[in-house]
Amino acid sequence: MENTSFVRTEMLPETEPPRSTTGVLGWIRDNLFNGVLNSILTILSLAFIYYLLSMLLPWSISPTWGAKSLNECREILGATGREHGGACWGVINERWSQILYGFYPEELRWRPTLTFFLLFVAMIPILFNMISRRMNWLLLVLVLFGASFAVENSALMVVVKIVLGLSLAYLAYTVVKTDRDDRAEQIKEGAKRLPNPLYFTAIYVFLMPWLLWGGSIWSPVAAALGFLVGWLAFRLLAPIAGNLASLILAVIAAGVWWLLLIGPFTGLMNGLAPIGLIPVESRLFGGMLLSLTIGVVAIAASLPLGIVLALGRKSDLLIVKWLSVGFIEFIRGVPLITLLFVASMLLNIFMPPGTDFDIILRVIIMATLFASAYMAEVVRGGLAALPTGQYEAADALGLDYWKAQRLVIMPQALKISIPGIVSTFIGLFKDTTLVSIIGLLDPIGLSSTIRADLAWNGIVWELYGFIALLFFIFTFLMSRYSMYLERRLRTDHS
Amino acid sequence: MKKSVFLGALTVAGMVAGSAAAATLDDVKARGTLNCGVSTGLPGFSSADESGHWEGFDVAVCRAVAAAVLGDPEAVEFVPTTGKTRFTALASGEIDLLARNTTWTLSRDVDLKFEFVGVNYYDGQGFLVPKELGVTSAKELDGATVCIQTGTTTELNLADFFRANNISYEPVPIETNTEARQQYIAGACDAYTTDASGLAASRATFEDPTAHVILPEIISKEPLGPLVRHGDNAWGDIARWTLNALIAAEEYGITSTNIDEMLAGTDNPEINRILGTEGNLGEMLGLDADWAVRAIKAGGNYGEIFAKNIGEDTTIGLARGLNAQWKDGGILYSMPFR
Repeated sequence: MENTSFVRTEMLPETEPPRSTTGVLGWIRDNLFNGVLNSILTILSLAFIYYLLSMLLPWSISPTWGAKSLNECREILGATGREHGGACWGVINERWSQILYGFYPEELRWRPTLTFFLLFVAMIPILFNMISRRMNWLLLVLVLFGASFAVENSALMVVVKIVLGLSLAYLAYTVVKTDRDDRAEQIKEGAKRLPNPLYFTAIYVFLMPWLLWGGSIWSPVAAALGFLVGWLAFRLLAPIAGNLASLILAVIAAGVWWLLLIGPFTGLMNGLAPIGLIPVESRLFGGMLLSLTIGVVAIAASLPLGIVLALGRKSDLLIVKWLSVGFIEFIRGVPLITLLFVASMLLNIFMPPGTDFDIILRVIIMATLFASAYMAEVVRGGLAALPTGQYEAADALGLDYWKAQRLVIMPQALKISIPGIVSTFIGLFKDTTLVSIIGLLDPIGLSSTIRADLAWNGIVWELYGFIALLFFIFTFLMSRYSMYLERRLRTDHS
Repeated sequence: MKKSVFLGALTVAGMVAGSAAAATLDDVKARGTLNCGVSTGLPGFSSADESGHWEGFDVAVCRAVAAAVLGDPEAVEFVPTTGKTRFTALASGEIDLLARNTTWTLSRDVDLKFEFVGVNYYDGQGFLVPKELGVTSAKELDGATVCIQTGTTTELNLADFFRANNISYEPVPIETNTEARQQYIAGACDAYTTDASGLAASRATFEDPTAHVILPEIISKEPLGPLVRHGDNAWGDIARWTLNALIAAEEYGITSTNIDEMLAGTDNPEINRILGTEGNLGEMLGLDADWAVRAIKAGGNYGEIFAKNIGEDTTIGLARGLNAQWKDGGILYSMPFR
């Protein structure tokens, strides 16, 4: 009997993979029809998508962009002989700027637009670490240069335009001429770096309200000087009085400035140099401008507040702890609508008539408090997820409480909480539409005002669709950014 | 600075609150604008055009008062209010006058401490049904499904009406007028009930308005009027007599076009007194002699305002009905200017 070997001794030549597993066909097979159940689900989904689109597309592709009223839309659609009607886009054509800006005076609308674009310039150094300083300053000059065309022409503006244009050209030239590595080399050799773009971010905090509400430039300057006063007091007193005492004194000094000296200062400076923008009343704010103003400020303010509250809740100091717990539980136990009603009505009754406590400011404060309570719990979740070893390691290194938080605990806890933080942000941004209930004209409130116009009475889906699209753009960007951030901060090796 | 003002103001709140409320006229004059509360949007009554200019039947009252007091119908800060915020806005002094299709009821007048200065529109709750239903009277609606806004007096009126007539119905609760309209068109209910003016405005937006009828029964009284705070009678008088001047102007045939001719003097002493060419009525109100002239010029007399915003030539197409002058079979009746 011959000895048969069942083991192959030589390699088979490599062959192409079967046609059915490569290319489009393979992808479809793998992803859409790999099994009976998945095939059924795919077919059902496709049928559903087809059903939706077959209704939506004929409706939305509608030649009504130029119509001036609902009846005109109907005439246009009737002339085309459609059975099921179509969208009436004339309302968007006529009112889109109102949905964006509310009743903000038309000739001043360059101001919110500029504020909006500067917001990105101010946020980029915080949000992304891949953009160089030069790029960031280039961006700022670019935005300012663009804005200078929106302002009406005067001799001064021409000069400003030329200056901005030249510096734009120069910055662009240097950015193009030297790439990142060359620049790093230059800096190593002692070339002067551009100032940190975070300075602009700090300035933006005071610039934003001034651009939006207008008025004298000295009010935001004076408000900013308060921080300078506090900082100077701290620097001068720290060597003499010690850290804690000088911190307290610095806070007092800043408080004295804000409460007592700010009035005379602005009065004096207004007398010396009356520079300012035309004031715009809060009542004229509306649409996306209102939603974004409330949303952005409340988002920016609620994160630090939330972190402080979360730390307070985990603190060993009894009073701090119970204050934080009480605040968080109270705010979370009350619907946002209730807080908004408090802002718009109760405060109104408690305060004497004629007191000028801005309604938007009141709403922003309430929205911030509301979001910060939720934020505190999200951050506390992140803190709780950290192994105790991290705390002990920080202690073992000899770091004090704040250093441990700043260097060891918070970077990890916040990283864990990113999805929760961003969904709180998104929720807060969408909650801004609730202000329509207290009579502020956010996009939803404006849609009912627009419908009250006899020409557009009866239009629903077009307006809601447009508003939904606007909100979707912003919330989608936020969620994409959070995913980017998670990728960037990922330190595991999976 | 805002903060210091705020803190200081709080401490003197008690003192200021009393005195500030008592002199609305002075406040308005010092401010140079009238703060007027209107609806955030009600077809024909208050709406803003694309440049943010407010117009409508209620808005016209604000403009007339501003013209009478300040001489400029544009000197109005319109404060959009919702059904929930309107009374607080007025009570807190945020607005000087509320012209927002508000029904004059005892509890609002007495308990909420407001003063209605008159009625600028007599409304009432009605029913809207499709013509193909073949119903000609609300009493034939036995067993019908009815769309109704929750939390309003219309809900209670409806229950009363059906109980009094011993017929049954099935309510379909909805939240807003827009939603009601959609539900009604989609056929979720046989009938839609709300104020007749609202029904007319809704019907005007349908693709085929003639396919729907408003039934003849009006089952409630909804006298809508502007109101001010209790306690400042001088200001209430100004608002009341401005409204009366608009109504009287229609009665005596004073229009925005012929008012300049009439200012030269007429044979009718009542007209002369309204226009201030005779007597000192303006002075009694704390205004000048031309106050009513400016109020009428602002948007025309009551009839002109009605025709322009909600009358039969507009898409809303409301007939005068109860809101005709008393001489024409309505109940609009201005007190004499004497």
